[in-house]
Amino acid sequence: MSDTVLQVEQLAAGYGPAEVLFGVALVLRRGEVAALMGRNGAGKSTTLKTIMGLLPPRAGRVRLAGQDITGWAPYRIARLGLGYVPEERRIFTDLTVAENLEVGRRPAQPGREAWTPEKLFAIFPNLAEMRRRRASAMSGGEQQMLTIARTLMGNPDAVLLDEPSEGLAPVIVELMAEAVLRMKEEGIAVLLSEQNLDFAAAVADRAYVIEKGSIRFQGSMAALEADEAIRQAYLTV
Amino acid sequence: MDAGFLLVQSLSGLASASSLFIIASGLTLVFGVTRIVNFAHGSFYMLGAYMAVTVVPWLLEIERSPWLFFVGVLISAAVVGLLGVAMELLLLRRIYKVPELFQLLATFGVVLMVQDAVLKIWGPVDITGPRAPGLRHGVEIMGQRFPAYELFLICAGPAVLGALWLLMHRTRFGVLIRAATRDREMVGALGVNQAMLFTGTLFLGAFLAGLGGALQIPRVSASAQMDLSIITEVFVVTVIGGMGSVTGAFLAAVLIGQLQAFGVLVFPKITLVLVFLLMAVVLVVKPWGLLGKPEPAAGRATLPEGILHPRGFALPEKLLAALAVAAALAVPVFGDAYAVKVATEVLVFALAAFSLHFLVGNGGIVSFGHAAYFGLGAYASGLLVVRLGVPMEPALLVAPVAGAAFAFLFGFFVVRLSGIYLAMLTLAFAQIAYAVCFQWVEVTGGDNGLVGVWPSAWATSRHVYHYIVAAGAIAGIVALRHVIYAPFGATLRAARDSAPRADAIGIDVRTHQLLGFTMAGGAAGLAGGLYAFSKGSIDPTMLAIPMSVDFLAMILLGGIQTVMGAVVGAGAFHAIKDIFMPLTDYWRFLLGASIIALVLLFPRGLGGAFASVRARVAAEPARA
Repeated sequence: MSDTVLQVEQLAAGYGPAEVLFGVALVLRRGEVAALMGRNGAGKSTTLKTIMGLLPPRAGRVRLAGQDITGWAPYRIARLGLGYVPEERRIFTDLTVAENLEVGRRPAQPGREAWTPEKLFAIFPNLAEMRRRRASAMSGGEQQMLTIARTLMGNPDAVLLDEPSEGLAPVIVELMAEAVLRMKEEGIAVLLSEQNLDFAAAVADRAYVIEKGSIRFQGSMAALEADEAIRQAYLTV
Repeated sequence: MDAGFLLVQSLSGLASASSLFIIASGLTLVFGVTRIVNFAHGSFYMLGAYMAVTVVPWLLEIERSPWLFFVGVLISAAVVGLLGVAMELLLLRRIYKVPELFQLLATFGVVLMVQDAVLKIWGPVDITGPRAPGLRHGVEIMGQRFPAYELFLICAGPAVLGALWLLMHRTRFGVLIRAATRDREMVGALGVNQAMLFTGTLFLGAFLAGLGGALQIPRVSASAQMDLSIITEVFVVTVIGGMGSVTGAFLAAVLIGQLQAFGVLVFPKITLVLVFLLMAVVLVVKPWGLLGKPEPAAGRATLPEGILHPRGFALPEKLLAALAVAAALAVPVFGDAYAVKVATEVLVFALAAFSLHFLVGNGGIVSFGHAAYFGLGAYASGLLVVRLGVPMEPALLVAPVAGAAFAFLFGFFVVRLSGIYLAMLTLAFAQIAYAVCFQWVEVTGGDNGLVGVWPSAWATSRHVYHYIVAAGAIAGIVALRHVIYAPFGATLRAARDSAPRADAIGIDVRTHQLLGFTMAGGAAGLAGGLYAFSKGSIDPTMLAIPMSVDFLAMILLGGIQTVMGAVVGAGAFHAIKDIFMPLTDYWRFLLGASIIALVLLFPRGLGGAFASVRARVAAEPARA
C-alpha cells in the first residue's frame, strides 16, 4: 500500500449507450513511470479521463493516496495530488503563457519544494521566451510543453499524461521524453498513454496493454519489448 | 443644427452607452463563464434601481453628501450581487448542463417571479429617486446646457471597463474567469472549484446589473417594466459585441448609444428598428459579434434536444387522436359559451405551438421570438379588416401568407447562425415587430391595439367560428406533421444533429432551414389570424416576449422529443393558465415557478413522461 499512489480496480465507463471500458485494473507506484499502450480506440484516453473524474465511472474503484476517490469531482481529485495532461492539450488560448501557468498553480504539500515558472522554464526553455505571449500564437509542440508545465504548477504527486508524443516533431518528442524523466527524478509518478513503443520504451518502467477496454498484458517494459506476440496482437497497426 | 447641439447629442449618447455597457458587461461575463444567457439580468437591473430608491434617500436623510449617494448606490449593487449568488446556488447550478432552450426558459421564470415580488414589495406606482447631491447642476458646453450627472455617467462606463480589465488581468480570480470562459472543465481538472468560481461570477454579474440600475435613479424612476425593456437592449449589446467579450460590449454600447442619439433626430419613431438592423447586419458579417469567438466545443453536454425517431401512430394513438378531434368538434354541441371560448383558444395555441415545435423539436432551430409570426398574422388580418374593410375570408387567407413572408425575410438572417446567437436574433426580430406595432400608433393603434376584428356575418356565432378554427388548426397541424414524416422533415433533423455532416452529404442546410422556418411562420401566422377574429381585437401583447415564452413553455410541457407533445402541451398549459390565473394576484409568480419546476423536474415534458411509461409497459412482458 505504502508505495502505491494510484490504484484502479474493475473500472467500467463509456459514453451514452456505448460501453468503452470493461473492468480496467492497474496500479501506479510512487516515483515510477508506467505506460498504458494500445491502438486508437482501445480505451486509453477514456481510462485516464475516468480516473480524473471527467467521465463518471459506471463500476469499479479508484484509489488515490489511499483514499477512495471514485465519483469525486475533478477539482477534488486534482487537489488530492493527481495532475492531468489531456491529449487535446486544452490550453487556454486567450491567456498568456504566464497566465496559463497561474491557472494551474496550487500550493505544494508541506515540506516539498513547489514548482515555480522559473523552475519550469529551466526544463522548457522555449516557454521562457514567450511568457507574455498568447497561447493561441504558439506551435503545437510549445503548447504541449505548456500543458505539462501548467499541470506541474499544481505540484501533483502523480500525473496522467495522455499521448504526449502524438503529432509532434521528433525533436519535440525527445524533449517530452526528457520532461517525463525529469518528473520521475522529482519523485512524481507518471501514467502515460502511448501508441509509440519507442517513446514508451525510452521513459517507462512498466507497461500495460489495453485492447477493447480491457487490460491484456502487464509487465515490465522490457518484457513487453521482448514479447513479439503481444506486440503483434495489440500494438502494431 | 449647430456644432454645439450635435456635441451635446453625442454626449448624451455616450451617457446612455455608459449605462448600457455597465449592465451588459455583467451579462457577458456571466455568459462567458456559465454559458447561460441570463434573462433575469434585466431583473437584477430593476432590483438595483428599486434598492437604490429605497436605500439612497434613507442615507441622504443622514447627510446630503455626494459620498453617501454613491455609498447607497454601491450598497444597492452589493445587495443585488448577493441575490445573484442566491440565484446561482438555487437554480443555475442545477441547469448548467441542460440545453440552452431550458436555460433561457428557467431564467425567464425568474423574471416572472421577480416582477410579482417587486409589485408586492414596492407597489405598482413608479418611484422617483433622489438626484445626486453635487451633480444636480447643468454644465455649459458650447452654448448648450448639459447635466453634470450625465457627464459623470460618461466617465463611469470607461471607469468600470478599466476596473474590469484590471480584475481580469491582474487578479487570480480574473485569470480563472477568463480561463473558464474558454474551457471550464479543464479549469476544474487543474484543481479549481468551479462552483466557487461560478458563484463569484454571478455575484460580479448581478453586482454590475444592480450598479447599472442604481446609477439610473436620478434619470429614470424605478418601475416594474424596467426589466424587459432593458434586457432586450442588453442582449443586443452583448450579441453585437460578441458574447463573453467585455471590451466588445463596450464598443457595441458606444455604437448603439450614438446610433440612438442621432437616429432619433432622423427617424424619431424607429430608433429601436435601427438598433436591431445594426445587430442583424453585424451578425451576418461577423456571426460571433465584433470581438466574440466561436463557441468552445468542450463543456456543453446536452440531452437529446428534439424528436429522435418519429414513428407513425400505433392503434391506441390513432384512437386517441381521433378522440381528441372528436372532442374538439363536440365542444360547441355539449359545452357552454365559456367552454367553447377555451376550446377555440386551445386549438389556436395548439397550432402555434406545433409550428414552433416543428422548428425546435424537428429542426433544432430554437426560436425565441415565435410570437412575431403569430402576431404578424393577427395584425395582417386585423388591419385588413379594420383599416381597409376587407371581409374575414380573404383576410384569414392573408394571415399565413404574412406569417410566412416575414418568417422568410427574418429567416434569411436567422439560418446563418446557430445555438444561442440564433435564439438571440429571433428574439431581436420579434422585438422589432413588437416595436413597430407598439410605436406606429396611427396604423396599429399602438399599445391599445385595434378593436372591431369581427368575423363575417355568417360566422359571428362562437359555435360556427369554433368550427372555422378547428378546420384551420387541424389542417395546419396535419400538414406540418406530414412534413415531419416526409423526407424534408428528415433532412431538417439531419441538419439539426450535425450541420457540417448534412452539408457534406450534399444537403443545402441553409435553404432547407429557411424553408422550414417559412413553413412554421406561415402556420403561426394562420394561428394568429384565427386568434384575432376569435378575440375581435389585436394588440401588441400578441407578439411580445411573454407570448413567445408561452409557446416555448407549451412545447416544453408537452415534451420536445415527441411529435405530438406540443399539442398536448398547448392544451395543458392553456388549461392551467385559465384555471389558476383568476385565483391569484400572483399568477406571474406561479407561472414562473411552474416553468422552473418543469425545467428542473420534468425536462422531457408530459409527452416524454407518457413515452417512458409506454416504454416501461412494453418492457414488462419481456421481463416477466
